[in-house]
Amino acid sequence: MKMLRGLLIPALALLLSGCDAVLFSPSGDIARQQRDLIIISVVLMLLIVVPVIVMILHFAWKYRESNKAASAEYAPDWNHSTVLELLIWAAPLLIIIALGAITWTSTHKLDPYRPLDQVSQGRPLVAGVKPLRVDVVALDWKWLFLYPEQGIATVNEVAAPVDRPIEFHITASTVMNAFFVPSLAGMIYAMPGMETQLNAVMNKTGDFEGISANYSGAGFSDMRFRFHSLSEGDFDAWVAKAKASADELGREDYLKLEQPSEKEPVHYYGSVAPGLYNAILNRCVESNRMCANDMMALDARGGQGVVGAYNVTSLDAATRARVGLADDDRRYVGALCVASNGGQPMTPAGRPL
Amino acid sequence: MNMPDLAKLIFGRLTIEAIPYHEPILIGTFIAVAIGGIALLTLITRAKLWGYLWSEWFTSIDHKKIGIMYMVLGIVMLLRGFSDAIMMRAQQAIAFNGNPGFLPPHHYDQIFTAHGVIMIFFVAMPLVTGLMNYVVPLQIGARDVAFPFLNNFSFWMTVAGAMLVMASLFVGEFARTGWLAYPPLSGLAQSPDVGVDYYIWSLQVAGVGTTLSGINLLATIVKMRAPGMTMMKMPVFTWTSLLTNVLIVAAFPVLTAVLALLALDRYAGTNFFTNDFGGNAMMYVNLIWIWGHPEVYILVLPVFGVFSEVVATFSRKRLFGYASMVYATVVIAVLSYLVWLHHFFTMGSGASVNSFFGITTMIISIPTGAKIFNWLFTMYRGRIKFDVPMLWTVGFMVTFVIGGMTGVMLAVPPADFLLHNSLFLIAHFHNVIIGGVIFGLFAGINYWFPKAFGYRLDEFWGKCSFWFWLVGFWVAFTPLYVLGFMGVTRRMNHFEDPSLQIWFQIAAFGAFLVALGIGSFLIQLWVSYKRRDQLRDVTGDPWHGRTLEWSTSSPPPAYNFAFTPVIHDNDAWWDMKERNARRRLEGYLPIHMPKNTGAGVILAGISFVFGFAMIWHMFLVAGIAFVALVATAIGHTFNYKRDYYIPADVVARTEAARTEELAAHV
Repeated sequence: MKMLRGLLIPALALLLSGCDAVLFSPSGDIARQQRDLIIISVVLMLLIVVPVIVMILHFAWKYRESNKAASAEYAPDWNHSTVLELLIWAAPLLIIIALGAITWTSTHKLDPYRPLDQVSQGRPLVAGVKPLRVDVVALDWKWLFLYPEQGIATVNEVAAPVDRPIEFHITASTVMNAFFVPSLAGMIYAMPGMETQLNAVMNKTGDFEGISANYSGAGFSDMRFRFHSLSEGDFDAWVAKAKASADELGREDYLKLEQPSEKEPVHYYGSVAPGLYNAILNRCVESNRMCANDMMALDARGGQGVVGAYNVTSLDAATRARVGLADDDRRYVGALCVASNGGQPMTPAGRPL
Repeated sequence: MNMPDLAKLIFGRLTIEAIPYHEPILIGTFIAVAIGGIALLTLITRAKLWGYLWSEWFTSIDHKKIGIMYMVLGIVMLLRGFSDAIMMRAQQAIAFNGNPGFLPPHHYDQIFTAHGVIMIFFVAMPLVTGLMNYVVPLQIGARDVAFPFLNNFSFWMTVAGAMLVMASLFVGEFARTGWLAYPPLSGLAQSPDVGVDYYIWSLQVAGVGTTLSGINLLATIVKMRAPGMTMMKMPVFTWTSLLTNVLIVAAFPVLTAVLALLALDRYAGTNFFTNDFGGNAMMYVNLIWIWGHPEVYILVLPVFGVFSEVVATFSRKRLFGYASMVYATVVIAVLSYLVWLHHFFTMGSGASVNSFFGITTMIISIPTGAKIFNWLFTMYRGRIKFDVPMLWTVGFMVTFVIGGMTGVMLAVPPADFLLHNSLFLIAHFHNVIIGGVIFGLFAGINYWFPKAFGYRLDEFWGKCSFWFWLVGFWVAFTPLYVLGFMGVTRRMNHFEDPSLQIWFQIAAFGAFLVALGIGSFLIQLWVSYKRRDQLRDVTGDPWHGRTLEWSTSSPPPAYNFAFTPVIHDNDAWWDMKERNARRRLEGYLPIHMPKNTGAGVILAGISFVFGFAMIWHMFLVAGIAFVALVATAIGHTFNYKRDYYIPADVVARTEAARTEELAAHV
């Protein structure tokens, strides 16, 4: 008995510690609503699951062969009852109708693309408050955050003012990852050449963990970042600190940063090349590369025809050496016009059109 | 031509560096496998068993022997897949506080990929196919499957695929992509090594076998039922097998196509799923899950059939709600094609799309729930004998209900945003695959073993195996449910938060208990073999069964039934017993039977060489192998010695021997 108690108490303590697991004690309104849904759906299903388990165990015990008391009930040919059949189809059906209705409304309400309408429960959004825009890029194997309004960028650290809606625009450089701050909101994939969005808000200040939730290769396990939820004043100070950084994220700097690395320390960039996020999203950071959105627009108008098939190019050797891509002769569709990098035009190596 | 060019022409990119001699774990494994393998081969040679194995087993086209060989393959691969599981649990239990564990990402990532691939394709699939192969023809009163040679060929193709996966352990490496190999990670740019090629070719080779076996069993069930067995008089296991094979025939070509497109991207420079030149990885994700979700039901439907047989037999009662059981199975089969997107709610689909797929997913729980209730009411007012198969069934019912519930939680898209890719998800699908498929397979193995070998499996070790598995499963996966709520996601190599460690240690202990369960099962096989005389069953009907397979001897003669039975009831054998039907003892006719052939082994062997050569870019060898493959296949069509007759007097002697046995028993 004593041994049993010795085992039970730590087990119970462990289970209780599971109760303040991050998904059950979220700090953001979206994660809170998602948690509530988990609880509602469990409770709804337990309505049927608990009786079923009790019945399984009860019938298995009661109708065991050695129980002579029940053998009078033995009915070897009893195999149909219209009432029971109706019941066993109708009971789960009713639960699923309820759950289905909840699913339809909650999926629309908590659609990550949908702008928020409340800061937290019972606190509607003040009209005119613009959400903070943060562009997120999953790189091999670190996170890049760009703040278009503030003109800064950070690696493996993101910050936002508490109670201000945040609008994340999310993409990736090479492979799929998933952007996940468990205290803030559910995850959403970061995929190359594609953009996903997440609207969320944090209701408590603090330092929270963020991870990549989708396996992306060797350095994946260390692809972690910190999410700082700050007061307005602290957020401004944080922006100022980043702005003070002498490093700037130009296109070539990005090409360097993009190359695989692990356990990347937090890093700030005081300024960012204009249009960088769109170039990353459309896979045209290299200046002589055609942007995917241009390519799609061209293709929608019938494409470039046979000529298009020859319009394949790569970075010139000098630039490759400069950004550390000497061995990488990645090939891509050539741009029709060439971007410049802070006034310094990069040499297009492709076939002139 | 100089030497390096010649070497490249013959060996492609295969060099001595491909042998992982610098990895102690792999070398240790290799030495163990080599010693074990040599010992086994020596034993077989010394016992002069090669001729016997070749003529009685490898070339056999008897569905019963092929079924048994499928089971052996599944059990052997289970040991491989489970050692991967033990290594992952051990790694995650120790990789805390800066300790990198004993598996660096390069190795660990291969292990979780191989674990998934092996457990689904080379454990669950062969075991399920093996059961269907063995039981279905007996249940429908047939003498073999519709295409007996194709059956042998299918089996050996599955073996060839399994051998390719095993080869990757010692020559080169396996994929480091996760078991579904999503591009762009599995594309040439991110995974230039042979790992993904091993993945592609092993699944393509095995996939030929699976698809053909699906066609075969489908034709068998549709065309070869005994007279009187209308669709609504088929045993439930046959029904679930029928729908499983419909799913296989409809779903596996999608897998073949999507892997072919990935192979084109990797071999021919196409851009179906690449990031650039208009490729779209989402297409792969959609296609692979259009196969992948029905695959879940391909695994679980047959074991639903097993439970239906077991619960009726051991409750000594007719199955409750046969018709609704059948309709529930049909509904599940249809719906399994309408839910694939729930595997990627988090990839940015709109709210209406997500809710549609969430709700279709939930709807599947209605027919599944109906099945649970039907089993429940079969027990109600029964006289339940708790033999080992019934223990597995009750264990399944309790475990699976929880797995179903967590599944529906994941089907609510906003909840899935929190739980997707988490250890909660891992716990969920192990809950339904172990608690459903594996429990069902063990129920099936314990149930039909006496039919296949003429003696029952040892009860004590069977119960040990059951309790270790049941308790081990819950100890291993409850912590994963909890960790999921703590925001811990899958495929992590090491962790930062030390408070998580205790949960992983508990889970590792659970895996150890499961290991004891597997060990008990192997001991059970050995002990039963040793005690076979005490466990002998001469009646052919040790459980007082209800369906046709129990009407014939154990093991059944090559021809299964001396006379084709006539069916009047869906519990055909029970019905015959109730009405005191007598075995017919005279008027035997010669029986037309298919003849053994080695063509299946040879074709699969060449396919293995072809696959291996393609993986290593040995295109000359691959070309030769392909020509040989086509030539052998055409050559086989000129083999006219495909059948023979078992003479009437041989049948008469066999049946007379059985008559004597039965008389002696009573």
